[in-house]
Amino acid sequence: MSGQPNVHRPGAQALPTRLRRSGRLIDVERRLFFGRSLSVGALALLAGCDLTDDDDVQRALNGISRWNDRVQAALFNPNRLAPTYSESAVIRDFRSNAYYGEDKVPQIDGQSYKLELAGLIADKRPWTLDQLYALPQETQITRHVCVEGWSMIGKWSGVPLRVFLERVGADLSAKYVGFLCADGYYGSLDMPSALHRQTILAFKFADRTLPPRLGFPMRVRVPTKLGFKNPKLITAIFVTNRFPGGFWEDRGYNWFSGT
Amino acid sequence: MSDHSPTSNAGNSRRDTQTHAGLVRLTHWGNAIAVIIMIASGWRIYDWSPIFPFRFPFEITLGGDVGMSEAVHNEDGLAGALQWHFAGMWLLAVSFVIYVGYGFGSGHFRRSFFPLDARAIFRDFVSALRLRLGHRLGRYNAVQKGAYIAVVAAIIVMIVSGLAIWKPTQFRELAWLFGGYDIARIVHFFGMCAIVLFLVVHLALTLLVPKTLVAMIFGRASNPAMREPDHSPTLNAGGKR
Repeated sequence: MSGQPNVHRPGAQALPTRLRRSGRLIDVERRLFFGRSLSVGALALLAGCDLTDDDDVQRALNGISRWNDRVQAALFNPNRLAPTYSESAVIRDFRSNAYYGEDKVPQIDGQSYKLELAGLIADKRPWTLDQLYALPQETQITRHVCVEGWSMIGKWSGVPLRVFLERVGADLSAKYVGFLCADGYYGSLDMPSALHRQTILAFKFADRTLPPRLGFPMRVRVPTKLGFKNPKLITAIFVTNRFPGGFWEDRGYNWFSGT
Repeated sequence: MSDHSPTSNAGNSRRDTQTHAGLVRLTHWGNAIAVIIMIASGWRIYDWSPIFPFRFPFEITLGGDVGMSEAVHNEDGLAGALQWHFAGMWLLAVSFVIYVGYGFGSGHFRRSFFPLDARAIFRDFVSALRLRLGHRLGRYNAVQKGAYIAVVAAIIVMIVSGLAIWKPTQFRELAWLFGGYDIARIVHFFGMCAIVLFLVVHLALTLLVPKTLVAMIFGRASNPAMREPDHSPTLNAGGKR
């Protein structure tokens, strides 16, 4: 699963007791209570125990999830654009999800910030924010679809990831592009999605520099992927042929998660 | 086909018989398991981002024990539901496509669900409300025909709206067809409601006429009782080869 410089991979001590994608704490006690009781849905299938937690069932479900990765990679059309929307559709008060509460968002100092590069990249010199801002930028108004079901239309500006990867001499025939984040989050994209026209390293949201809760100094914005495939607070980018996984993907979420 | 033949003793000593072809039975149960997986896991997925101001009770959803999910991989129980949903979709796709393909190809749908007109549905629906509607093995009344057609249509709507939500970029025309991503989600929700309503009635009627369950498991069930003459013996052949 790893082998990559997952230096930020959270250890047990760094993790809160319970992870959430949302900033809200929703009825966790209630869930915990019901979660310990039997699932009737599973009961209907096999009286007595919750199928999901059986090792063989879990293996089968994981296997189908990997099959779904392949199906989605085959469905992915590099020339197909995510729908775009008008300025009036943009939500200003944009929701921010993380596996921790919003009060714990790391505050990165833009002056001393350096973007680290690793893996199959020719020029691994780190980048300052000023250098990054000097790259050609694009703006998109697209829908951010969360794996939880909600979605919001936002406006992001930044440099196309393809332009950046070409600039640093990344091996574009490699399989994966990985991201490490200041908050311990990590994620990865398949190369075709990383090179998609609408995949950008976003510095701005709604024409303003990203606030920390939306990922200052930058997040990768991939409208062809679900929200959790858009890591925030990026501190390092690497290119690799070894499957890098991801924070939620390593917890059972589908890796490809394309839209 | 031993003692029952549409041509022998027509209208005289014939018995009500329900038969189901093997493929109909196999795909019926495939569809049943898939639909239950989709509904139970879908309820938990809904709960993470409810469209309406209510949630489904957690204990009737599918997706694993939350405590165990947290202990094993520090996740609060949505991943399991999503895994089930996107595994169940394959079972549903395979089983439902075979069921519908066979239904049209073999004439099973035409024989069992048609002819059907709105007046007949209304008439039988009123009779049903007065508890005067008979449920004969092997013969579907108009309300039943309408319900079976409706649930097949509902599952088609669920597949199409589900694809629209799953792939709003790759299948962006589908989301457009529904009037947008958000509306596709609402359609996906009400399609579920229609299927749940069907299941409640379907299970209740199965309890009232348990031999239909026998037929759906073993392929054949009969009532010894004699009823009025059968004017359209071909209708009896629902699903029979």
